[in-house]
Amino acid sequence: MNSQRIHAVDITARSIKANSRLSLKDQQLRNNMRSAMDSLISKRIISMPDEGERENLRELGNKVRASALSQLPDLLELLEANLIKQGIQVHWASTTEEANAIVLEIAKARNATQVIKGKSMVSEEMAMNEHLTEHGIEALESDMGEYIIQLDNEKPTHIIMPAIHKNAEQVGRLFEHRLALPYTDDVDSLIQSARGILREKFFHADIGISGVNFAVAETGTLLLVENEGNGRMSTTVPPVHIAVTGIEKVVANLQDTVPLLSLLTRSALGQGITTYVNMISAPRQPGELDGPEEVHLVLLDNGRSQAFADSELRQTLNCIRCGACMNHCPVYTRIGGQAYGTVYPGPIGKIISPHLLGLENTPDHPSASSLCGACGEVCPVKIPIPALLRRLREENVKSPSQQPQIMDGQGSRYSAKERLLWKGWQYFNSVPLLYKTGTFMATRFGGLTPKNLGPWTQHHSAPKPAARSLHELAKAHLEKKS
Amino acid sequence: MSAREKILASLRSSLIGTTPITDPFDATLVDQPWRYSAAERVTRLKELMTAVHGEVHLTRGNQWPQLLSDLLAQRKINKLLIAPTTAHGQTFSAYCQVHHNPLQLLAYDRPIEEWKRELFDDVPASFTGTLAGIAATGTLVVQPSPAEPRLMSLVPPLHIALLHASQIYDNLYQAQQDWPKPMPSNLLLISGPSKTADIEQVLAYGAHGPKDLIVLIVEDA
Repeated sequence: MNSQRIHAVDITARSIKANSRLSLKDQQLRNNMRSAMDSLISKRIISMPDEGERENLRELGNKVRASALSQLPDLLELLEANLIKQGIQVHWASTTEEANAIVLEIAKARNATQVIKGKSMVSEEMAMNEHLTEHGIEALESDMGEYIIQLDNEKPTHIIMPAIHKNAEQVGRLFEHRLALPYTDDVDSLIQSARGILREKFFHADIGISGVNFAVAETGTLLLVENEGNGRMSTTVPPVHIAVTGIEKVVANLQDTVPLLSLLTRSALGQGITTYVNMISAPRQPGELDGPEEVHLVLLDNGRSQAFADSELRQTLNCIRCGACMNHCPVYTRIGGQAYGTVYPGPIGKIISPHLLGLENTPDHPSASSLCGACGEVCPVKIPIPALLRRLREENVKSPSQQPQIMDGQGSRYSAKERLLWKGWQYFNSVPLLYKTGTFMATRFGGLTPKNLGPWTQHHSAPKPAARSLHELAKAHLEKKS
Repeated sequence: MSAREKILASLRSSLIGTTPITDPFDATLVDQPWRYSAAERVTRLKELMTAVHGEVHLTRGNQWPQLLSDLLAQRKINKLLIAPTTAHGQTFSAYCQVHHNPLQLLAYDRPIEEWKRELFDDVPASFTGTLAGIAATGTLVVQPSPAEPRLMSLVPPLHIALLHASQIYDNLYQAQQDWPKPMPSNLLLISGPSKTADIEQVLAYGAHGPKDLIVLIVEDA
């Protein structure tokens, strides 16, 4: 990409507050997001018309994930043993730097110059494209949405629909400028142009990279879900396939993928199933005429084991990355995915990003929610997202030195002054005489409340105490009765 | 300490004092809601496949080669990639010979590296068998093999698949029970032609894989 795009929202900044102010002013973005999210919401519910079936399946989905996590280290070892037995090489990475180094090493060993990518959020987490590019290896996205945003030097706005913030006209203009194609806003023509370009890229690529939706321990199978066929192309045409995934994506056996698959595709897109479910258990075998000669799996931690260490926060790792929480989120719908400044936006982003990046880098994320509860209600694996947001807020205001240290960046919103204020408030409410005197003063002299109360009155009107306190009114009421 | 040891040690220490939740599975939840009669299985698969732009034709016994030949003629397709070592591949090539069909039959009989350009640019259609069908979701189960390699159902713009009605299962759970053990190097579920809705959620077919998928369902004669 020769020229840098000037972003309305600086995606490198993680300040969700500042980003939101900018994106809220972008009417085109708001229109695009609103109509896309409305459509995804209705598609989901149309595909799950039977409440009993839906709720039972969500319960099962939750149990299957909880069960997998309850034996995670054993399942990871079983997965590894089976994959190795079947000829797939397994690599472990604690950090994104380690994961990038592993990918680069494989690429160098093959003298690779071109990499084609199926959709992978973990590779976004690693900033793999940037890393490979720095080392002279072209990394091209092949998912249509990812391809579009890569052309525009952007980051995904949604984990399932990366380019959902753009309309057809914007994509047409982008193709006109970047690919020197005649302008059209006809979606079919745009897709066919991209298909033609990307087919050549698949043809020449040295390595294909993909994510993993579910890694099945018992059979040593990597299961990938997609509609476009770029995932199958990336994992079949090039001589090497590298799959990158988080350590939490493992499930015990094949039957566990049945409820999860149904929950995933219906929650994400309102589809009973995606066009392709691609189950890979081995590289090309003797006698087989295609498929990669080498298959690698990179298992990435990157903060997941921190979430895992706490039994409440562990539920964050139930996530199957369907995106339903963001589709239903009133905050996400208004500010769009890029305003979060993190790879994973929306409600799931707000509870996973603090583990990946540290609370000090995401101090406002747990608070950027009205706690309306929609995300928790639609989550196919029943992650209690609102409860986890509240929990993160607590971790966020703990004293940085308080033990035990649950999270990196604990107490990044801690303020001694605020803590003192709440201590005072607690005292005020627990000493009856003080409370009585205080409420008497407040009700009698409420008119003296200043109009300007600092940050509070920026977005709220100043509180005006009532003429009588509730205690007084109740007492009067009881006296009148008797 | 290697990353592997570090990760596993950390996960293990977090689980100290906990009991693993084993066997949470309840098969009725994924099986009961998705049960059909034999006739319903065919109609449901056809309905769902058609809804995602797939084309489904019902045929009986040994009539499918003629149907296949007619469909190709209608589409003015003069080349077809087949697997000559499979039963259905042999049946169709014998049919073409007997009927002097001018259709050029191609075989995927050498490693992809030796004819990648031709496969990408010069093969308009392919014809494969299927391992099974799934009524609940309108799905084909396809098992690539040395005879029918992985790219056969992916690269040509038109993929035609042969499915026996008796091989259609109610749902994924039931189909899974009969999958080969150990799992083959690649197993696919295919539910329609390739598609995308990545631009403005407008559905477009033929994203990266086949633009068209034709399923021939063979019912017993």
